Amino acid sequence: MKELKVTPIKDGTVIDHITPGHALKVLHVLKIPESTSSVVSILMNVNGKKGKKDIVKIENRELDPKELDKIALIAPKATINIIRDYEVVKKHIVELPNEVVGLTKCSNPTCISNAREPVESRFHVISKDPLRIKCYYCEREPEDIAEGII
Amino acid sequence: MNFKNRDIISIKDFSKEEIDYILDYAKRMIPYANAEKHTTLLNQHILAALFFEPSTRTRLSFESAMHRLGGNVIGFADPSGTSQKKGESLADTIRMADSYSDAIVIRHPQEGAARLAAEFSEVPVLNAGDGAGQHPTQCLLDLFTILTEKKKIKGNKVVLLGDLKYGRTVHSLAYALSLFKADLTFVSPETLKMPKEVINECKEFGVEPVSTSNLEKAIKEADVLYVTRIQKERFPDAEEYNRVVGSYKVDNTLLQQAKQDLIVMHPLPRVVEIDPEVDKTKHALYFKQAFNGLPVRMALLSLILGGKKL
Ligand SMILES: Nc1ncnc2c1ncn2[C@@H]1O[C@H](COP(=O)(O)OP(=O)(O)O)[C@@H](O)[C@H]1O
Ligand SMILES: [Zn+2]
Repeated sequence: MKELKVTPIKDGTVIDHITPGHALKVLHVLKIPESTSSVVSILMNVNGKKGKKDIVKIENRELDPKELDKIALIAPKATINIIRDYEVVKKHIVELPNEVVGLTKCSNPTCISNAREPVESRFHVISKDPLRIKCYYCEREPEDIAEGII
Repeated sequence: MNFKNRDIISIKDFSKEEIDYILDYAKRMIPYANAEKHTTLLNQHILAALFFEPSTRTRLSFESAMHRLGGNVIGFADPSGTSQKKGESLADTIRMADSYSDAIVIRHPQEGAARLAAEFSEVPVLNAGDGAGQHPTQCLLDLFTILTEKKKIKGNKVVLLGDLKYGRTVHSLAYALSLFKADLTFVSPETLKMPKEVINECKEFGVEPVSTSNLEKAIKEADVLYVTRIQKERFPDAEEYNRVVGSYKVDNTLLQQAKQDLIVMHPLPRVVEIDPEVDKTKHALYFKQAFNGLPVRMALLSLILGGKKL
């Protein structure tokens, strides 16, 4: 039997292998629905081959896979699938950049990046697996990265 | 090595070779620091000292350092009455100070403030303490003190004592001492232990710090005892605080068990953790350590302002 619990879409983008429970944060990072009027469907806690995962489908819109790298912060194992005429024509595994700017807040309340200053939050990625980032300003590591997503 | 226009924000921005170079230059500053010799090396240079939080030693020694080199200082010693109080951003204050000076030294209650300042400043920025963050010139003067007293840093048994959890100076000091391959022992009350991340950093340099709550045992082998303040606010009640402070007090009875040439250091101000009776012993090095802030800061100022070498 085909594993596809997902209703097929003709054209669009499927973000697969999202860390379970993080689909809404992924949408938030991608500024969806504000930035699109496409039909978007969300599946949470789907049983996949490698355990539970979330899936997001966006119809009639091909997201730029590179731009999606920023979701790596909250869903480091996500894949971006571009669907054309029901087939996956492009697949991209997200990859975290070495520096993450303006995506997640520093968890240190007294960090200067949380004050009213004209700067964006800024983190160095010190390890990709396990994911560890360090604030450029206060040099601290947030414990829960998803928590701070802006 | 060229330090001209370099920001001094965190000790971690510097390699071991660079630190060696700075400490070596600081040694040559000593006769100028104690006014045996005179220089106009930084004649016509202006340092902006922006102290958003009170400080005695650090501010005075920066000012003295600049004056001893023939330069001038502008700035403020506490932020009341400045435009920050009226809601100006730090970024704007820095842009202003940048246009009035050749270098900026900043003390600020928020972590990362100096790093931010460096982003908005053309002239080099020196971090004089950012909240619970970094205080690189303190770290350098601590290294300088051990180096000048012990001839080398490597291999010395250094005991860090006190509040190792929240203490601003001990984290970067533990890092820097590991970089130089000193032997480390961390002595603290159970609730104020050195954080795991700091211990892991030490291990990355191949140093295996020992953590204990037993000061009497640790002191027998020590070459350097670095004492820090334990703050009352960290304890749920006064009784617990008094018990802890009592058991970590450094006095002559304790020092009887120490090596002859043990040096006792403290970033100051001390309150009760070192008994004044220790001041008169040959172990007491904390006042000399405070003096050492001067040659170290003189070295940094002249290096980043690119003055001709002395
Ligand atoms: N036409 C389609 N409509 C909707 N989702 C699809 C379509 N084709 C594939 N998918 C989904 O896109 C993801 C990637 O598909 P595929 O490359 O076949 O699987 P995998 O990445 O697990 O090897 C899967 O979650 C799959 O269910
Ligand atoms: Zn921060």
